Amino acid sequence: MAAGVDRDSFKVNPILFTSSYRRYALHALWLAPLVFLALFYFYPLGSILEISLSRTGGSQAAPFIQALTSERVRRVLGFTFFQASLSTALTLLVGLPGAYLLARYDFRGKSLLRALTGIAFVLPTLVVAAAFNAMLGPRGWVNVGLMELFDLSQPPIRFINTFGAILIAHVFYNTTIVLRMVGDYWSHIDPRMGQAAQVLGANWLHTLLRVILPLLMPIIITAALLVFIFNFTSFGVILVLGGPRFATLEVEIFYQTVSLFNLPLAATLSIFQLACTLILMVIYTQLSAKLTRPLSLQPRKYTQHKLTSWRGRLLAALLVIMLLGLLTAPLIALTARSFTRLDPEPGQRALLTSGLTLDFYKELTTNRHGSLFYVSPLTAIAVSTGYAAATVFLALALGLPSAWALARNSDSKFNRFIDPIIMLPLGTSAVTLGLGFIVAFNRPPLDLRASILLIPLAHTLVALPFVVRSLTPSLRSIRPRLRQAAQVMGASPIQVFRHIDLPMVGRALLVAATFAFTISLGEFGATALIARPEYPTIPIIIYRFISQPGALNYGQALALSTILMAATAAGMLAIERFRIADVGEF
Amino acid sequence: MINGLQIVNIHKSFGKISALAGITFDVLLGEIVAVLGPSGCGKSTLLAVVAGLEVPDRGEVLWDGKALTEVPTHRRGFGLMFQDFALFPHKNVFQNVAFGLQMVKMTEPEIKKQVGETLQLVGLPGFEKRDVNTLSGGEGQRVALARSLAPNPRLLMLDEPLGSLDRNLRERLVLDLKSILRMSDQTALYVTHDQEEAFAIADRVVVMNAGQVEQFDTPERIYRQPASIFVARFLGLTNLIQGNVRQHGDTRIVDTAVGEWPFDGDYSGEVTVLIRPDSVHLNADCKCQLLGIMSELSFRGGTCRIVINVNGVPFTFELPSYMDLPREGENIQLCFDPEETIQLFPKSD
Repeated sequence: MAAGVDRDSFKVNPILFTSSYRRYALHALWLAPLVFLALFYFYPLGSILEISLSRTGGSQAAPFIQALTSERVRRVLGFTFFQASLSTALTLLVGLPGAYLLARYDFRGKSLLRALTGIAFVLPTLVVAAAFNAMLGPRGWVNVGLMELFDLSQPPIRFINTFGAILIAHVFYNTTIVLRMVGDYWSHIDPRMGQAAQVLGANWLHTLLRVILPLLMPIIITAALLVFIFNFTSFGVILVLGGPRFATLEVEIFYQTVSLFNLPLAATLSIFQLACTLILMVIYTQLSAKLTRPLSLQPRKYTQHKLTSWRGRLLAALLVIMLLGLLTAPLIALTARSFTRLDPEPGQRALLTSGLTLDFYKELTTNRHGSLFYVSPLTAIAVSTGYAAATVFLALALGLPSAWALARNSDSKFNRFIDPIIMLPLGTSAVTLGLGFIVAFNRPPLDLRASILLIPLAHTLVALPFVVRSLTPSLRSIRPRLRQAAQVMGASPIQVFRHIDLPMVGRALLVAATFAFTISLGEFGATALIARPEYPTIPIIIYRFISQPGALNYGQALALSTILMAATAAGMLAIERFRIADVGEF
Repeated sequence: MINGLQIVNIHKSFGKISALAGITFDVLLGEIVAVLGPSGCGKSTLLAVVAGLEVPDRGEVLWDGKALTEVPTHRRGFGLMFQDFALFPHKNVFQNVAFGLQMVKMTEPEIKKQVGETLQLVGLPGFEKRDVNTLSGGEGQRVALARSLAPNPRLLMLDEPLGSLDRNLRERLVLDLKSILRMSDQTALYVTHDQEEAFAIADRVVVMNAGQVEQFDTPERIYRQPASIFVARFLGLTNLIQGNVRQHGDTRIVDTAVGEWPFDGDYSGEVTVLIRPDSVHLNADCKCQLLGIMSELSFRGGTCRIVINVNGVPFTFELPSYMDLPREGENIQLCFDPEETIQLFPKSD
């Protein structure tokens, strides 16, 4: 027997082992996140809605009636649904074949492909807009190249400010959701089911339609729902790539709030948007909860094989090229463009001086016009990073207990109620939230107007759902057996947490932290309203540059976007290295 | 008071399902006791109760006479080896085996020495740095065993430790296991559904069925004298027929559809008769005879398993295979000594 151990001296705190204590302890885990949501989501939201609706003077229903009968509003609503549906359909069209490739085949460079496609998802909308601009805009590569080649005086391809631009940008963003969610799930489906169907006489098409597709339907619908929600609430893409001709609910809210100051209408539209996304969220969380216990999962090495036939290799190569083309070409265009000067010589239409230059980057640090409002981009980078660090801390502190409670007790009614609530900020108009923050926190005891915490709090609201959904599957996947084994060998509950739970979720924690960091870096909607002018974040400065004419401003926007893209790419690659066992929705 | 483990009248239900309905037995120091029973009979629940992972509704678990009811799992000083090993995937072999030693705050050099010795004992010297996710089935089993042995638990529980291995490996390892446990004089509770395993490794066996103890005895006595029809059937003794005991002068006779034989014992009235398959002889001269038609013959290596038809009733017997046995469809004559071969049980359906 080990020295110094007297196993007969048993002293035990009986309270810690009663089951009702443990139940209350589990519920108490929800306390901090719920208080946070109540204070920083429901309260500001309620404030702004109350103020807006109380301004009608007349009946409470007036704004609703006005909204519903307004031609403009109906058009906006219709357009929002239309573009979201079309974008989702296109995303599925592009993503499903890619999911098939990733699911069923093993080839070199696969994880690099995954990482690259993942970068698109976490990129801020402004960077995406700038990237497409750099590729397909009037001064972008394709147009400049065509003008040079065919000696044209006008850019031949009109991409910016078209409906097509919106669709393509949405596909760019969200394809990775389909690739990952459907691809991961598909890769675990036992291939013997398809084989059994073939032996029974089903050809390739029948097997796909009758066996595989029904099995995949739940995850496809879930992924499609999530993509739809993101498209529905899209803001930066519509604003910058769509231009003034197109307006979704979110853009209209922004316009009504910031330009027309028609708060009652803005509030009404916010309520519409919230109602729609709430319903979608509830459906989504119910569906995805059922998915975490899928049918017989097979480990990867049994379900994937190498590409052997020429036909297979060719098709795969085509798919990979298409995916890479769609998802990384704009980013490469962005980076390249930020280092290139492509201006026509003054007076000569088609001759371009081209050359690599660091001018745009240098310009970032120069205050050319001596403007009082000039903020050095270095300051903006520091500000953004500081906000991001605070967001990581807050999001993890709130997200870890929530994920723990969700993981331990996935079927309880309480959890099923809480789950969609945590997701709500994702579907709420960021503009409305921003305005709500300004309105709600302007008097004691919560006078946070001047507080530097305001922005991290807003960012945490958006990051929290991602953190929780990254952590929960990882926590759920720890087999209770392992905890029992540790207990039997003498580990007290705290030691079990320290030696078993914490190391095993360590990687998921890293993933969640990286998500929170990159989301905070790129947040634009709410930040646009709340940020103080002397402490802007990087996206705000990019927006400033991109909405002013001139090649120099354009170049600086590109340069700053490239920096932001590099930061988020680094974060995403880090996530790929640390992910454990491909569990998790993102 | 018993030196060792005592299980007294344990009851445990999960909702309406009664998993354990009054279990009582003991494990003496240095003894290996096997708990044998079909799937679902409550064996794993029993281990959970002894380990403290489940709280029984009624009854007690005692060690050296002291009740363990208030003692939480991590203070009981027992060891538990799971069927699927439950090795910590984020730790290597050394860290897995050392875990229990770290919990009792052994010093580093002591831990190193103990882990090395335990790995030597289970036949895996030098495996310290290996990643547990790359181990084969047999290696994983040994690491799991090492992990539960290293802290020198006063009781080691093994939950179907050979369940996930293939047959050949199982047969080899059960003897290895026994010698390892004997060498460390380890008190052990071994749970399995495999009768051969249980008999090979245990000093005494608890036969369990539906949450109750059917018999608790040495393997030899269980096999020679199963306490109930369930135990007989579980051991593969399937020649069971209805019979009637009646008085015939000085002796008692049991009357069945295939014959009547004298016997010694307390039974009367309606009974169930077991004819043991392994103590019959072919064409020899002994007290009682069984005449039938050969129905099936299955060569098993050293023995032949035959099914004969006696008046329409099938009986299974085992005979040494070097004998010349009649072919299927031919008559066969077996004889036996009722004292060795016949066993009676109270009637059941």
